[in-house]
Amino acid sequence: MRAVHLLALGAGIAAATPALANESVLKGIANPAEQVLQTVDYANTRYSKLDQVNASNVKNLQVAWTFSTGVLRGHEGSPLVVGNMMYVHTPFPNIVYALDLDQGSKIVWKYEPKQDPSVIPVMCCDTVNRGLAYADNAILLHQADTTLVSLDAKTGKVNWSVKNGDPSKGETNTATVLPVKDKVIVGISGGEFGVQCHVTAYNLKDGKKAWRAYSVGTDDQLLVDPEKTTDLGKPIGKDSSIKTWEGDQWKTGGGCTWGWYSYDPKLDLFYYGSGNPSTWNPKQRPGDNKWSMTIFARNPDTGKAKWVYQMTPHDEWDFDGINEMILTDQKIDGKERPLLTHFDRNGLGYTLDRATGELLVAQKYDPAVNWTTGVDMKTGRPAVVAKYSTEQNGEDVNSKGICPAALGSKDQQPAAYSPKTELFYVPTNHVCMDYEPFKVSYTPGQPYVGATLSMYPAPNSHGGMGNFIAWDGKVGKIKWSNPEQFSAWGGALATAGDVVFYGTLEGYLKAVDAKTGKELYKFKTPSGIIGNVMTYEHKGKQFIAVLSGVGGWAGIGLAAGLTDPNAGLGAVGGYAALSSYTNLGGQLTAFALPNN
Amino acid sequence: MRYTKKSALRTAAAVLALGMISTAAVRAEDAALANKLDPNAKEIDDKVLAASAAVKVEDGKYKDKDGDPTFHIVNDGKKVDWFMYSGYRRYHAECHVCHGPDAMGSTYAPALKDSLKHLNYSEFMGILAGGKQDVNSSDQKVMPAFADNKNVMCYADDLYVYLRSRAAGAWGRARPGEHEDKPDSAKATEKDCLGG
Repeated sequence: MRAVHLLALGAGIAAATPALANESVLKGIANPAEQVLQTVDYANTRYSKLDQVNASNVKNLQVAWTFSTGVLRGHEGSPLVVGNMMYVHTPFPNIVYALDLDQGSKIVWKYEPKQDPSVIPVMCCDTVNRGLAYADNAILLHQADTTLVSLDAKTGKVNWSVKNGDPSKGETNTATVLPVKDKVIVGISGGEFGVQCHVTAYNLKDGKKAWRAYSVGTDDQLLVDPEKTTDLGKPIGKDSSIKTWEGDQWKTGGGCTWGWYSYDPKLDLFYYGSGNPSTWNPKQRPGDNKWSMTIFARNPDTGKAKWVYQMTPHDEWDFDGINEMILTDQKIDGKERPLLTHFDRNGLGYTLDRATGELLVAQKYDPAVNWTTGVDMKTGRPAVVAKYSTEQNGEDVNSKGICPAALGSKDQQPAAYSPKTELFYVPTNHVCMDYEPFKVSYTPGQPYVGATLSMYPAPNSHGGMGNFIAWDGKVGKIKWSNPEQFSAWGGALATAGDVVFYGTLEGYLKAVDAKTGKELYKFKTPSGIIGNVMTYEHKGKQFIAVLSGVGGWAGIGLAAGLTDPNAGLGAVGGYAALSSYTNLGGQLTAFALPNN
Repeated sequence: MRYTKKSALRTAAAVLALGMISTAAVRAEDAALANKLDPNAKEIDDKVLAASAAVKVEDGKYKDKDGDPTFHIVNDGKKVDWFMYSGYRRYHAECHVCHGPDAMGSTYAPALKDSLKHLNYSEFMGILAGGKQDVNSSDQKVMPAFADNKNVMCYADDLYVYLRSRAAGAWGRARPGEHEDKPDSAKATEKDCLGG
């Protein structure tokens, strides 16, 4: 793999482009009127400098315009805005609409790929797609069937397309992509199907594969240097992954890469997390199962890993490590440091030095978290509470009352960060579970789960299934916390107007005060929100926009109500099924302040 | 809809309507096979429940009058047969990711507690093995074929028995607690089926 890359270098493909972050992406990020990446910026802060809508006038917000996507499945991600154009994506079949904001959001072009519907059931947990990216006059779409497409932003014509995986083996995609320099970096899903997952870079220009780096596998596959790639400052050594698996199990090891990616142009490293090891039955895969559940820092030109850190060795609960890595520069102990903050499914909020991978903070960001008593800051290992260990309790034993549930204290719904308050705004799940692992056999292309679980709202709490919190990543403390009836499954947006926005599963767009969390505005959109709030400016006016369309993993349990509402289970008061509050949908709603 | 003779159905329904099982009216051998449900069960579907009545049991596996597998619940809903318990576990590993907890459905897959009111055993097995597609302009529902998936097919009867109990309203939204021991035949079949 590396040899191929060197050849490419020799042929002058990479040399022709300056070794800077992609100019068009940087330009788009610098202009707050636009949004060219799902993550708003390379650092994944989801912070907008727009401040026309602010804490004192947000209460006057009105619906400015709406758009139906024509698809009734879970709508994750958000639209993009580039110049006068808005680009809206849908879940499967992954339609892309180009809307001209100058012409009353007229549909200028529409791209609808033909995908085999047999990919639908291979996708775990609904046919969501976390959206498009823009770079070099192209719209980049990574379809459900793992086809990566570059579309001409003006016309919607296909520049090139390439197949990243094989859905018949359970390889699918739900994620967005990261354009960096002359490449576009993409992940893959399939952890419940025993896929050996990877990240892959393709040339932005022609879709040619540049390199591929696996999460689990041999050193060649991992793209690591046993001497130079570090884990908490120490070289990872030879065969760091395969020696933590029994026999050939790493070949169906999972470690999927379906989350959000961030990039630091100065350090020239990109960051992402890997998912759960396959199967969900920990007894069947002894060892630490490296490098599943791991934060990776890699070089975008070569894919080579600079450092790794495994958060949950030998996962026993399906705590995928794929959530976003938010890059900030903050002072810790009086010293300015390049930080990476990550809210893991396992319920711990981590802050690391992103240059070195040094672990600085690891604290619970939901007080309900009970599977661990905390992380040993030297070894980086979490101390597992025996009672909640599905490994120690063993196969065919139902381990009860584990917090968080498999969907994590937070799932894919991205947090935001405001440099003004130096706080992270985190939509969270407040859900616990019973988990019973048992033996399963592996068939390629078939689910490979191996555990029964049931989930319910965190007992002895407010009875709701979510919280929206503000978090100080420097010390690892909750600043304020707003209870939510359902999991907060939509991505947050922080703005220079000191307002933080997020969507709820009932369908509310909510605006809260960045300092206090006080609710300033809410509006109920037609369907539950699992998408991310975005903002843009058009002809001098700031708009706030969000996709509605309930679904995703949230659409599974929550649609029916996680447990019998009559059964109690420690939930305070009654709560009803989400289906009593909202219905399927697929709509974009854009808000603005009234004229004059 | 189960293929039940109307008269038998009416009798059974009448018995139920009279307030849960007058065992005296049932022959001695049937009495052991009668369900003794949670008296507070709220979602009883009389027709489905009557059609699911067990008429015989072979090594812990209950069968209805057509010879199809069915559930057996006793002790006022506190104890269930092995296959129903096993079906609960397998359902919540293999099926709930789409069909929701306790067969309640999701935003993209039907509630099987309702579907099983209408599907008979062979229809159920056909869909489980062969899959199902509803793809049109407003709907993209696709269920995969599980014929090659041992984790599903080796427990097809278990799944059917569990889902049947949900459709009949004989079992609510809960994990079964006490259950009959795993029958030897189930152990042998499982080993055989999962095999190599």
